[in-house]
Amino acid sequence: MSDPTLLKHSPLEAAHIACGARMVEFGGWFMPVQYSGIMDEHKAVRSASGMFDISHMGEVTVSGPGALVWLESLLTNRVGKLAVTRGQYTLMLDEKGGVIDDLIIYRTGETSYFLVINGACRDLDLEWMHSHLPADGSVALEDQGNDYAAIALQGPDSEKVLRSLFPSCDVPKRNGIAPLVDSEGAVPSLVARTGYTGEDGFELFVPVKAGIALWESLLSAGVKPCGLGSRDTLRLEMGYPLNGSDLSRERTPLQAGLDKFTGIDDPEKGEFSGRKALEQQRAGGLPSRLTPLKLSVSGPPLRSHYSVLAEGIAVGETCSGALSPSLGEGIAMAYLPPALHSPGTSLEIEVRGRRYPATVTTLPFYKKPTL
Amino acid sequence: MNVPADLRYAKTHEWIRVEGDTVTVGITDHAQAELTDIVYAEPPKVGAEVKAGATAAVVESVKAASDIYSPLSGTVTEVNEELSGNPALLNTDPFGQGWIYRMKSSDAAEISALLTPEAYSAQIGQ
Repeated sequence: MSDPTLLKHSPLEAAHIACGARMVEFGGWFMPVQYSGIMDEHKAVRSASGMFDISHMGEVTVSGPGALVWLESLLTNRVGKLAVTRGQYTLMLDEKGGVIDDLIIYRTGETSYFLVINGACRDLDLEWMHSHLPADGSVALEDQGNDYAAIALQGPDSEKVLRSLFPSCDVPKRNGIAPLVDSEGAVPSLVARTGYTGEDGFELFVPVKAGIALWESLLSAGVKPCGLGSRDTLRLEMGYPLNGSDLSRERTPLQAGLDKFTGIDDPEKGEFSGRKALEQQRAGGLPSRLTPLKLSVSGPPLRSHYSVLAEGIAVGETCSGALSPSLGEGIAMAYLPPALHSPGTSLEIEVRGRRYPATVTTLPFYKKPTL
Repeated sequence: MNVPADLRYAKTHEWIRVEGDTVTVGITDHAQAELTDIVYAEPPKVGAEVKAGATAAVVESVKAASDIYSPLSGTVTEVNEELSGNPALLNTDPFGQGWIYRMKSSDAAEISALLTPEAYSAQIGQ
């Protein structure tokens, strides 16, 4: 999206500018990439707390007597596993098993669900969902993407911060969702104990008009504003895939190593979009696998689209890469032939014509030090 | 932003310091602030021929790799070895310990074509 007049704006934009953000275009949105610096923000989330504007992400509510059956056919993970107030990571696939989006679904009531989808593919996701809705009116689908401002509060101090600001909130357990404050109406404030950093933390969803006040109260509680730059290094250290880089319509979740988030090994999961393709692919063998790589020497930061070589022959390219701020090492992920997936396999990564030795490793790249 | 008065500047945010027939090259305070945390520097090789306006080095922040263009044509005579272990010198002392390479200029006329401190300050809006 090169036309700046078409950029979408977060309801928190004024707060970012006030915090000295460097703003960039991301997936059609005008968003903060950093404030104090990616390293500093990254370390704050690993050691204390940081907050990210995630208002670009989409919120969708699904409800009605047919909601569960329909969602089971739309999403890979078994929705029926969810008790009310619980959430799960899942994927939405096309018929060929390609990833349309990865998302979190929460069960908010007996027959109501709250879905959080990626910012860059909101329109596409909704189009796909609408075109697959049952005709009998048993499922209501509502796009609430423009009703919510959303902030991810992440880091080991998150719970302490949340409790200090919302003393009456019934703080959810990991992957759970709860009301943030007592609110009624179509846009209830919600808090989910989920995130994209590998740290404990929460994702807070509030009506658009309450967004800036929430940001400012977190700021006064000492939470560091963090941009998309550190969000990317934090998620990559955990090996969490990013749709558009590590996931796409061209690859299946099996190739991405996300088998456990698909229902194909769950005897209670029925038919879903993409299931046949996954089963066929598993039977026939995966053409490539998402493989974590670490530079074996100190070298340049790794980035996407760098060539990966085995014994001098190009075997793939990186889809995500970074200099891991926690490890001080170059890390990357690449789709490679399955024979090269074993940890310890020696490869090379080419950066500006120079080849650097790299080793296949295991995820997560960053393991929290045990106390 | 600091724009030392004794240097000349390229529009692409590099500076030169001329001492006898040796020219030192680095990036400006404005450039390092725009690039943010620099985590890697790849200077040219000693003996390399560089051309005015052509890529001579690369510096990388966590987020992006940026080409550094040689302000002058000539031959590289020395590179700052400190940068490989401590690339943050480019952020903390861009006009001093964060220098990138030294060279012999092959065309003195190129020097006078570079921006004066006043002109460079104007370019970066100061």
